[in-house]
Amino acid sequence: MSWFSNFLTSSIGRKVIMSLTGLFLITFLVIHLIGNLQLLNPDDGMSFNIYAYFMTHNPLIKTVSYLLYASILIHAVQGWMLWSKNRKARGGQRYAVKNTRAVGTNSFAASNMGWLGTIIFIFLVIHMYQFWLQMKLGNTPMVTYDGNEVKDLYTIVADAYSNIGYVIFYVVSMVVVAYHLLHGFQSAFQTLGLNHRKYTPFIKGVGLVYSILIPLGFAIIPLYMYFMMQ
Amino acid sequence: MKLTLKIWRQKSPKDKGRFETYQVEANPHMSFLEMLDVLNEELISKKEEPVAFEHDCREGICGTCGLVIDGQPHGPSQGTTTCQLHMRHYKDGDTIVIEPYRGSAFPVFKDLAVDRSAFDRIIQAGGYISVNTGQAQDGNAIPIEKEQSARAFDAAACIGCGACVAACPNASAMLFVSAKASHLALLPQGEVESKRRAQAMVKQMDLEGFGMCSNVTACEAECPKEISVENIARLNREFLSSTLGTEVKVG
Ligand code: HEM
Ligand code: SF4
Ligand code: FES
Repeated sequence: MSWFSNFLTSSIGRKVIMSLTGLFLITFLVIHLIGNLQLLNPDDGMSFNIYAYFMTHNPLIKTVSYLLYASILIHAVQGWMLWSKNRKARGGQRYAVKNTRAVGTNSFAASNMGWLGTIIFIFLVIHMYQFWLQMKLGNTPMVTYDGNEVKDLYTIVADAYSNIGYVIFYVVSMVVVAYHLLHGFQSAFQTLGLNHRKYTPFIKGVGLVYSILIPLGFAIIPLYMYFMMQ
Repeated sequence: MKLTLKIWRQKSPKDKGRFETYQVEANPHMSFLEMLDVLNEELISKKEEPVAFEHDCREGICGTCGLVIDGQPHGPSQGTTTCQLHMRHYKDGDTIVIEPYRGSAFPVFKDLAVDRSAFDRIIQAGGYISVNTGQAQDGNAIPIEKEQSARAFDAAACIGCGACVAACPNASAMLFVSAKASHLALLPQGEVESKRRAQAMVKQMDLEGFGMCSNVTACEAECPKEISVENIARLNREFLSSTLGTEVKVG
């Protein structure tokens, strides 16, 4: 196993972990968004509740969800480790004049990934507490569709989204996710060595569209529910 | 032209260091280093300690010079070393802030001179090819595709100045290491050892305390030889494939 642990603790190995877990989270966000869009169906939450029931009872999806929790934790812990090691590497003495430039990436996002990630982490903790834990702990109201009793997660969500403070917090967090991905999406490919004169412009293009559209899609839901559905 | 210089002065590695302000009279034809020579002449004639800075070829090929000028390693001109930066880029009355490279792996010796021996140790770890002594082979006997040799040459243009480390918010040496590993890996003479080389150079780079690459690309923006971060991707590939796909062990 020693070659393996050497790899995992090497600088490139650590970055590969960030990249693979990051790409997994990127894939998950698409699925998550498609599910969340059910909230906008004007059926008093039926399609969303049925979707939530399916996601929490399908064994395959349950397995993937444990992989997801692990990925978030690994990505975050590794991210903080990289952040602290990199700060140590650059040393305490910084330049009197700052003049950061970058080639083909967002230099603000690129040099603030640690901060952006930490904000996302705080968002995730609150997010999981509010929806996931509430549901798991079972203090969720129930509804019955065609004789099947399912948890009424919709009411919990609609409740949260009727609080303007929470809506603002959610939207701001999505802007942070957008910035994290504006750098992270293409960076993940570069870390894996996937840089190619023909395909990299395409990856960067997809990354730009993804980083704007996906967080925008998430942000629209609470905004729409707050302003249009009450 | 009259210039105000704010220069980092530090007596020794242990000294805390501080900025000192100087006035200097330069002309637009001077190189940046010649302008500093003028300042040092004046300091010496006033029996003051001259400013320590490194230089050798003064023609942009040795990589010895390298100052952080107004927050940019090698100053404001794209693809230019400090020694090739000319004072015509400045105007009369300008204030210029001059600092040494910063980074834990590049400790300051004195004033603007830093210890870059970490780079030498990385090269010693793997930045070479093994050749038997004896009759040299006819270079033209090895066919190399033009595109490939051009890519190798672009990587070989790295002069080991360390501006990439200085520019990087993580003080990562990946641009330098990847340029050195790439220019050998891209040619048949170097390719044979490329897997072991990638392992050995990355290992030494990590030991020296350089940071990890966050793909910020500030290195490419500041590199006087405009080395591309494509090389970093190549080193990542080489490192991954040598870890997963070969039995090379660097212990
Ligand atoms: C929605 C959740 C998230 C997604 C989709 C995501 C995605 C990514 C991606 C794709 C990268 C680029 C990896 C690379 O450069 O190879 C990245 C980098 C990073 N992420 Fe995340 N991330 C998320 C959450 C977090 C969290 C919660 C943290 C907590 C600290 C975090 C911290 C970092 C850091 C520090 C980096 C930079 C690593 C480096 O290049 O030095 N991320 N992220
Ligand atoms: S990659 Fe560029 S900046 Fe880095 S050492 Fe080589 S020439 Fe200097
Ligand atoms: S002194 Fe040799 S590159 Fe500047």
